[in-house]
Amino acid sequence: MTYIPHSSAERDEMLETIGVKTLDDLFKDIPAEHRFPKLDLPSALSEMEAGELLAELASYNETNKEMASFLGAGMYNHYVPSVVDHILRRGEFYTAYTPYQPEISQGTLQAIFEYQSLMTSLTGMELSNASHYDGATATAEAVNMAYAISRGKRTKVVLSPGVHPHYRETVKTYVQMQDIQVTGDDVSNKMDMSLESLVDQVDDSTALVVVQYPDFFGNLLDYTDLITKVHAKGALVCVVANPTALGLFKTPGEMGADIVVGEGQPLGLPLWFGGPSLGFFTTLKKHVHKMAGRLVGETVDSRGEKGYVLTLTAREQHIKRERATSNICSNQGLMALGSAVYLALVGKNGLKQVANLCYQKAHYAAAQFKKHGIRVVNDVPFFHEFVIELDEDVSEINEHLLHHGIIGGYDLSKDYPTLKNHMLVAFTEMNSKEQIDLFVETLAEEPHA
Amino acid sequence: MREPTIFELSSPGRKGVTFPASDVPTSELPKDMLREDLPLPELAEVDVVRHYTHLSHYNYSVDEGFYPLGSCTMKYNPKINEDTCRLPGFIHSHPLQPVETVQGNLALMFEMQEWLKEISGFSGVTLVPAAGAHGEFTGVLIMAAYHRARGDFKRNKMLIPDAAHGTNPASAGMLGMEIITIPSDANGNVDLDELRAACDDTIVGMMLTNPNTLGLFDEHILEVVRLVRDNGGLMYADGANLNALLGIVRPGDLGFDVMHFNLHKTFAVPHGGGGPGSGPVGVSERLMEFLPCPMVGIVEEATEDTPPLYGFVEPKQSIGRMKSFHGHFGAIVRTYTYISMHGPEGLKEISQYAVLNANYLQARLRHAYKVPYDRICMHEFVMEGRFEGSDIRALDISKRLMDFGFHPPTNYFPLIVHEALMIEPTETESKQNCDAFADALLKIAEESKTDPEVIKTAPHNTPFGRMDEVKAARELILCCWLPDQELD
Repeated sequence: MTYIPHSSAERDEMLETIGVKTLDDLFKDIPAEHRFPKLDLPSALSEMEAGELLAELASYNETNKEMASFLGAGMYNHYVPSVVDHILRRGEFYTAYTPYQPEISQGTLQAIFEYQSLMTSLTGMELSNASHYDGATATAEAVNMAYAISRGKRTKVVLSPGVHPHYRETVKTYVQMQDIQVTGDDVSNKMDMSLESLVDQVDDSTALVVVQYPDFFGNLLDYTDLITKVHAKGALVCVVANPTALGLFKTPGEMGADIVVGEGQPLGLPLWFGGPSLGFFTTLKKHVHKMAGRLVGETVDSRGEKGYVLTLTAREQHIKRERATSNICSNQGLMALGSAVYLALVGKNGLKQVANLCYQKAHYAAAQFKKHGIRVVNDVPFFHEFVIELDEDVSEINEHLLHHGIIGGYDLSKDYPTLKNHMLVAFTEMNSKEQIDLFVETLAEEPHA
Repeated sequence: MREPTIFELSSPGRKGVTFPASDVPTSELPKDMLREDLPLPELAEVDVVRHYTHLSHYNYSVDEGFYPLGSCTMKYNPKINEDTCRLPGFIHSHPLQPVETVQGNLALMFEMQEWLKEISGFSGVTLVPAAGAHGEFTGVLIMAAYHRARGDFKRNKMLIPDAAHGTNPASAGMLGMEIITIPSDANGNVDLDELRAACDDTIVGMMLTNPNTLGLFDEHILEVVRLVRDNGGLMYADGANLNALLGIVRPGDLGFDVMHFNLHKTFAVPHGGGGPGSGPVGVSERLMEFLPCPMVGIVEEATEDTPPLYGFVEPKQSIGRMKSFHGHFGAIVRTYTYISMHGPEGLKEISQYAVLNANYLQARLRHAYKVPYDRICMHEFVMEGRFEGSDIRALDISKRLMDFGFHPPTNYFPLIVHEALMIEPTETESKQNCDAFADALLKIAEESKTDPEVIKTAPHNTPFGRMDEVKAARELILCCWLPDQELD
């Protein structure tokens, strides 16, 4: 079926007004030999049939609804309060366009303005844009911004190996055609994870150092000292942060970070097989003109009422074209709204509580692993994720876990060749003690653990 | 009138949601790592629901009415898509689960790649890019990688028509390419002489929107493609205007090498107030090896008793990863639902009726507003928002349209038309809606003579008046007041 409302009588009236006889007469500019191709696609379904087809496809998946999942590595299984999706399903929000006409878009504009405010509070930074596609692209935009701030004079970027592998790969894709060298994340040799080795790589051609908080292995490191040392060499520091952790722990802003980015999915957004979610991007006010992405600012209307508009649009592609700070047009509007609703709802106490539950469950699990003779690799404080070392290939163990109703952790050997048999495991408020006990016991009972 | 911010609504001690108590023994937190204060608002659930409900009332949306924003394809967003994309099996699946546990997702993505190939005439499709601009960036990286892989390092020029979307030069600019602007001719086509003069062995290729931003299908498209390809260049199609071409013509058949799709335009994925979008990219045979990773492929062929096993594959000379994970899966499920409900005939009807509506509006308005390139248009058209002997501008007309209950068209784009009003009705608007919109514009044309002030001071019937954009940019208040962090 289609969503076209015209009756054939209406269609004919319209054709007459235009002055042509048939619909096909409207397409005479199309080269005749290529006009009206036969598309080899399945024939149309009714809504009822489409609903059944999609339900069948969805049923072929196994998810954390039927299984106990300990998989994180960048996206986390958190509780999403019912209100969030009820707001996201309001057609007034999801069927609107980018708020270019502020008189009739104040809903979206104020919601983004509040999102910006919430993200600056959370990260301890001075300003936030309206969001990027995800954590990885927000990190890549941070690299571009740091390069632009140095006016192209500093061409080196030091990426910590503790930054999410997808983010590091995305940064490299983004800068491959530019005069930017990426160093610091050679994971082929035995990894030196110390912060000193990162600082040692910073020189007067370095634009940016990127670290993650907690890092990809879950470690909670205080970067204050690193940031001071990097600043002394004239480079900037970007911290990729987990927003849930910021409910409890010291902010990158407090540590002196210049840019704080990250994946917004933990803030009330579904896993959705990886997207859409959002990438948050916060920085200091002095960098506002070099920042990519949309920004909402407060102003007044002609009636003297407070209102909001997209501002500093002169940085953007539709005005500056090839000299724009980025080609970005859309933000992740609806997902930013979802995260704002989540933060408004859980509030000051709720986010702390979620972060604390994550911390407690992870540390209980770590203690249980140790009790059962499974090595926990992390030797500094961690948040809700940590690394265990097993005796066998992680993907094989994960296959075995599936038979016990468990989605195991992330196989680190894929991205870190020296970390064979190392599994990254994540815990959130969604994991009950029973689930954790089952996970630990299943791994411990196996001859290979 | 104004809704307070969530920070203004906050009251210390209020709770919107509670979580269960911990069921594990308590571990000590690392004291020196704790944050001192968390300046988030404190609200009850009802406060939050009412706040956002109030805000929603300040938005105009497709669900409310006609939204003829040119080049944005603001068609109706079917409700069933919102249900299917949220099926528990989809929404709760983690992107890094073993592929055996997500065969539903992967089968859907694989089929989606196949369908988009069929619709566009390309040999390969990646679903990864997150939005149109992200797809463009992906496409331009692929073009550059292709030339480099052939050892051809001298190509650094991208040809872009003057009517192009701003993202085209911005995307090529992100790779440091030199932008050569190609003017349009008197009929709104690419000026062939200018194109011929710009073509040499230093061009990466050409980025072309076709139909272009005037809503016109280039009458010499095959010649344009031939010129660029004969000079070793690649043809990039900006798929923003694909809503005119479904079942009408396939860009791959015309000789294009790369195109991004906008699932949020052509395939009815809602725009979400500015995203998320989804911008898959299709490529011709010779560019397939450069597609970003990961692609969805069959990793074990089907046997008599078992279906194929889908998994992720990496093209040999891939440009790399464009984002984390595998793309905007939620948008892909909506698109899958939409295409499966249309079938080949339904898709063709989409474009036929989108083009019918645009031509009908053009026919009804061309006597009152100047249409600078007056010929049969595709899914949109551009007219001048000004009147002889009057200082009323396109912006004024747009604001006045709000008083009649319509969202304005796109203003001031394309740049080659004075006071441009770019109108894209889409196929989902009835004749009655098109007529009401045309009537409003005709009324405004009349008002320009009888009561110009009412236009210049519009809008009058909206919840807010015109905003002071200069003040916003000068003062840069980008954040609510926070108790512990006043900005300087």
